[in-house]
Amino acid sequence: MSDYSRRRIITAGLSTVAGAAGLAVAARLASRYGLMPPDSGGVYGIGESLTYATQRLVMAQGSAAREFERSRISAKPHVNYPAGPPRDEEFGRLRAGQFAEWRLIVDGLVERPGAHSVAGLKGMPRATQITHQACEEGWSYIAEWSGVRLSHLLQLAGVKPQARYVVYYSHQPHWWDSIDMAEALHPQTLIAYEMNGEDLPEPHGAPLRMKVPRQLGYKNVKHLVRLTVTDSLKNVGNGLGSSAPSVGFAWYAGI
Amino acid sequence: MASSAYIPDVKGDDEDAVVHSAAVRITHWINMISFIGLLVSGIAILLVHPRLYWGETGSVETGSLIDLPLPFVLKGQNGWGRSLHFLSAWFSVVNGLVYVASGLVTRHFGRNLLPARADLTWSSVTAFVSELRMRREAKDALAYNVHQRLAYAGVIFVLFPVLIWSGFAMSPALTSVFPVLVNLPGGQQSARTIHFFVASALVLFLVGHVGMVWLTGFTKQLRAMITGRGTRGRERG
Repeated sequence: MSDYSRRRIITAGLSTVAGAAGLAVAARLASRYGLMPPDSGGVYGIGESLTYATQRLVMAQGSAAREFERSRISAKPHVNYPAGPPRDEEFGRLRAGQFAEWRLIVDGLVERPGAHSVAGLKGMPRATQITHQACEEGWSYIAEWSGVRLSHLLQLAGVKPQARYVVYYSHQPHWWDSIDMAEALHPQTLIAYEMNGEDLPEPHGAPLRMKVPRQLGYKNVKHLVRLTVTDSLKNVGNGLGSSAPSVGFAWYAGI
Repeated sequence: MASSAYIPDVKGDDEDAVVHSAAVRITHWINMISFIGLLVSGIAILLVHPRLYWGETGSVETGSLIDLPLPFVLKGQNGWGRSLHFLSAWFSVVNGLVYVASGLVTRHFGRNLLPARADLTWSSVTAFVSELRMRREAKDALAYNVHQRLAYAGVIFVLFPVLIWSGFAMSPALTSVFPVLVNLPGGQQSARTIHFFVASALVLFLVGHVGMVWLTGFTKQLRAMITGRGTRGRERG
């Protein structure tokens, strides 16, 4: 074997080892700084982790989803409602009472757990945005959303320092999702109760819907009933941070 | 002839010339694998909603730019499509950066891919057309000719960057930081449509690329891209 080819083999071996070590260190560091998504396992987890970590770093200085003029609001916002409206008796009763009895529970790692009525939320500082909502499938629309900032609710509840995620649940069983604190505390992340100037229509999630405009539409869980602040998603549901990964969708949807 | 402006870096006899550097060969095959991943998953994503729009918004309730003659067959299954697409895209982009960096360091682009100014003339285009008719081009190949250079440079410096940019323009997170990404083409749906057409152009290039490899000796070309050794210029008359 010539010196030349031996040197090449040694160089290649050393760079492979260095690369692998570098990746391992990067993963450890990413994990320490909260840059690993809950669905980081498996082959696809490599792509999800790189995307999530990179976008969190790119957005670290703060950013805002684009907002539009009122004239840009879509005339026919597409309704994505594969499961259809909730058919259970309780929802029927709440609907018949114009959702006056609806409660949004706030619990988990907070100083003051509690529950809010829709009227109570409407009495809080109101935030309005006209934003673009895109579905993973490819379609999209622009709508106006009004509600209370999630950050305001979290401030009222007093989030404990170890909090890292907010998990949120629909009235529909098996429909839940979560976002990290960066997204939860973002001023455009809303608990929406109005769409295009009217009470949230039922197919769009009456009476309350999560609105996360820096991510895809499926993060915007409808018929919101509960917010749980947590430091880990490992023991929540499937441990993947959302009901979406169990049907193949990624937890992080900033894409 | 058209390729006269290029001095090939072939030393001595042509029999065992290094026609592709290690960097080019490795990045070529990684790129091929990630391109297949991108293509398969891209088709899967498209088959969830094979309708294209222009502007900011669009859905089945609105008019479209183009209704592709494809069924909405994969509805509810695009999760894996996107995961595979992004995994492949990461490989493709990192691989592409390595390729571009090594190409700059070794001056691969200047020597082998960028056309010489003297060749960007009308007469070289007409010469190419006449040569194509006679199909002599492949046999005369000592270095890449001006048309190969234009095709490769176009793919590397135009199509791939536009593809990546239009992909970024569909990300609500990235456009929250850089709104110009999506405002420039006039909206998220425009970016999606551009992404589709640029990807289609790359598929056309791929067909042409594989076709030319076939015409000029598939085994010989494959061997050159694997081992780096080739017999460039042997058939010169």
